Amino acid sequence: MTDISDQELAENGLDLSTAKGRILVLACGALAREILAIQKASNLNHMDLTCLPANYHLYPDKIPAAVEEAVVKHQTNYDVIFVAYADCGTGGLLQSKCDELGVKMIAGPHCYSFFEGNDVFAQKADDEFTCFYLTDFLVRQFDAFIWKPMGLDRHPDLRDMYFGNYTKLIYQAQTNDPALDAKAEDCAARLGLAYERRFTGYGDLETVLRAEA
Amino acid sequence: MSEEEDIILSELPDDELVLQMHDDLYDGLKEEIEEGVHILLGRGWQPYEVLTTALVAGMTIVGKDFRDGILFVPEVLLAANAMKAGMFILKPLLAETGAPQVGKMVIGTVKGDIHDIGKNLVGMMMEGAGFEVIDMGINNPVEGYLEALETEKPDILGMSALLTTTMPYMKVVIDTLVEKGMRDDYIVLVGGAPLNEEFGKAIGADAYCRDAAVAVETAKEFMARKHNQGATT
Repeated sequence: MTDISDQELAENGLDLSTAKGRILVLACGALAREILAIQKASNLNHMDLTCLPANYHLYPDKIPAAVEEAVVKHQTNYDVIFVAYADCGTGGLLQSKCDELGVKMIAGPHCYSFFEGNDVFAQKADDEFTCFYLTDFLVRQFDAFIWKPMGLDRHPDLRDMYFGNYTKLIYQAQTNDPALDAKAEDCAARLGLAYERRFTGYGDLETVLRAEA
Repeated sequence: MSEEEDIILSELPDDELVLQMHDDLYDGLKEEIEEGVHILLGRGWQPYEVLTTALVAGMTIVGKDFRDGILFVPEVLLAANAMKAGMFILKPLLAETGAPQVGKMVIGTVKGDIHDIGKNLVGMMMEGAGFEVIDMGINNPVEGYLEALETEKPDILGMSALLTTTMPYMKVVIDTLVEKGMRDDYIVLVGGAPLNEEFGKAIGADAYCRDAAVAVETAKEFMARKHNQGATT
């Protein structure tokens, strides 16, 4: 895994399917490192991983069709395919697609919610709806996923149009990494937001993968 | 020095100036748009004509290219900023000269949601199309919508949401309107990135609008139907 770059995960995804496992986890590329870490820690050796490009995060309308294509491609080689996406901005269309394909997916609106734990995240919604979230992956890929696609590299004056209603950046840390903490704090400063680091670990992602295994 | 930098707007004839303003709007050139608006007004153009021919027509090109994936959000925002600057000059003049009024819309982002870029674009394009727009801002509870509807008596209620978690609140508002027997008094339009046609139908909205240009066209269609119904009853 160490030789897989975030850029590769963002643009091309990752295919570690062997057709030998019993379960295939079909995930967002932004979750690849986390899923491999859970797999290693829990000895889920019968579980294979394949990831779609993480940059679908920027184009959620592409996710249902891409998931369908991947499920169709791999379904003859696995007993179970589990989709490691939450709704992720598809407005319920991914859930409908998974229902149609007969595969399960992660409950909840997005990774910020399941990393924190869907129930906990929902309870905090009334107090934290002015917060902007980053995960480990998004801190590392802040420029590629936030700054540049929003045009802030070319037009920094647009910042307040995007973020003027936000108050705080919450870095949901999956791992303890002081370098990422410092980078996340810098991201908050660049967006003109207050900063909070919150260790979440893998949250519901870990629970659900162990349950599916 | 580039060819563009040699263009002196005040020396262009009207038709070329309007085309240049479309280009400047496309490129998000706020100061050039302000200058163009002043020039056209100085040449005796009616404010409404400047709005529709130079600004709205230019922004429509931006909207189409956004829909076709040629332009992206940052460029649309820059164009919107330029159009907003032009409208800022025209708005008081439009009020004085009695521009045609197509209808009235109350628009707001739903409770728990602070995203307003799409809503602001819709509001601006609706104003450009001759609608009076009452913008309720962000994070609106159902009570806020009800109050605005009763106070403003609009033809259209527009609701916006960017989040999967907040879009169901649109149904709360519509269900409340149904409970109070007010639903049929308004055209309800909904929009926002995670929404789709199916969701719009499921919650009982009149239409889902995928972007600002669609919102304007849809609003005009519903207003025309409303007027036709009025004429036959």
